[in-house]
Amino acid sequence: MRYVYLVLFFVAVLAVGALGFRGSISTRPPLEVFPDMDRQSKYLPQAASSFFADGRTDRPIPAGTVARGNLRSDAHLNFGRGPEGEFAPGFPDGLTIDRQFFDRGRERYEIYCAPCHGKLANGRGIVTQYGWGGPANMHQDLIRDQSNGELFNTITNGKNTMFPLSDKIGAEDRWAVIAYVRALQRSQNGRMQDVPASHQGELN
Amino acid sequence: MSHLFPKLANRLPLQIIIFLVVAGGIVTAAVNYYATPKYTRVGYAPIQPVPFSHALHNGDLGIDCRFCHSTVEKAGHAAVPTSQTCMNCHSQVKNQSALLAPIRASYESGDSVEWVRVHQAPDYVYFDHAVHVNRGVSCVECHGQVNEMEVVTHSKPLSMGFCLDCHRDPAPSLRDPKLVTQLDWEHPEGKAGQRADGEKFIHDWNINPPQSCTGCHR
Repeated sequence: MRYVYLVLFFVAVLAVGALGFRGSISTRPPLEVFPDMDRQSKYLPQAASSFFADGRTDRPIPAGTVARGNLRSDAHLNFGRGPEGEFAPGFPDGLTIDRQFFDRGRERYEIYCAPCHGKLANGRGIVTQYGWGGPANMHQDLIRDQSNGELFNTITNGKNTMFPLSDKIGAEDRWAVIAYVRALQRSQNGRMQDVPASHQGELN
Repeated sequence: MSHLFPKLANRLPLQIIIFLVVAGGIVTAAVNYYATPKYTRVGYAPIQPVPFSHALHNGDLGIDCRFCHSTVEKAGHAAVPTSQTCMNCHSQVKNQSALLAPIRASYESGDSVEWVRVHQAPDYVYFDHAVHVNRGVSCVECHGQVNEMEVVTHSKPLSMGFCLDCHRDPAPSLRDPKLVTQLDWEHPEGKAGQRADGEKFIHDWNINPPQSCTGCHR
């Protein structure tokens, strides 16, 4: 009887030795007990496909078609352009420029713009510490004097070494970012006249 | 005839029963320990085509999760970034690095980089990232401290029990949605403050996570 327990003990030790402990790092894919249920024959986003030639389940939009809800009929809202195709000066009519809009712009700016342009929009984002000298300082006259439509075009399509960001920031969010950039520009170019007269004394 | 069975055979039935109980206990313990995602999934850290470090990009440089995983607030699927996203910076930064050659090749050819998926719910689970993120469930709740990972490692079991723990009592896992990508954030007033805020969010936003089968399965 003793031997039976000895054998059982060794089997248990062997099993622990072979299987290891919870949480140990492994490069092997996890075991799935019912793989046909876990991985069904259906298409999921960004998955691999053996049917299509490019090996992807995600299909490109066919030329000359528009996905539902993506018809960009408003030139001002979607392209920053006026009726003659010129850069539009203001914000599109449908947008409400309020505190919420600025807050949204700030959030989007700090996600998508700040890594290069910096949180102050002075062109000193984190990438400049890694050998990229170029992000634009938005407090220079060249950019302060640009129309909103031109800024919108830059975010949408990129410029010089800047890549397009329209795949990440929706059209309305791009306008919110512009509103926030305008606020940053204002904050970095304040003059004494901007301070209410009753508070000017505190600054001297 | 009287000595066909030796004397010790009298004890044998009891010994067999005791052995079966012991062996059964060990097998039960082993199944409990090993046949669960806490063992099968946690610790999975596949080798990726490019050794992308979240610890560097998110932890040190402070690039927000959403810069790359930009669909997470709008869609069920939190997209793996396009190679164009990498090229936003790497067209300039380290643009000759041999490690980034697969990214440059993908950007030029339009073919996908074959990243290996780490976190993958079974196909009969319909998980939606957007609804969780927009209601203040942080990335860290399911993905762990990705901001400290050199190599992405599966750190939570993501089993059905894991989902249900939170669906039954979401208060400890809810925060201001503005903070969802701050993986190091903890409630400044500790557990009591977290619970109080969590209960407030549940009330204010009418958070009622489903516990029925059809909440997650169809």
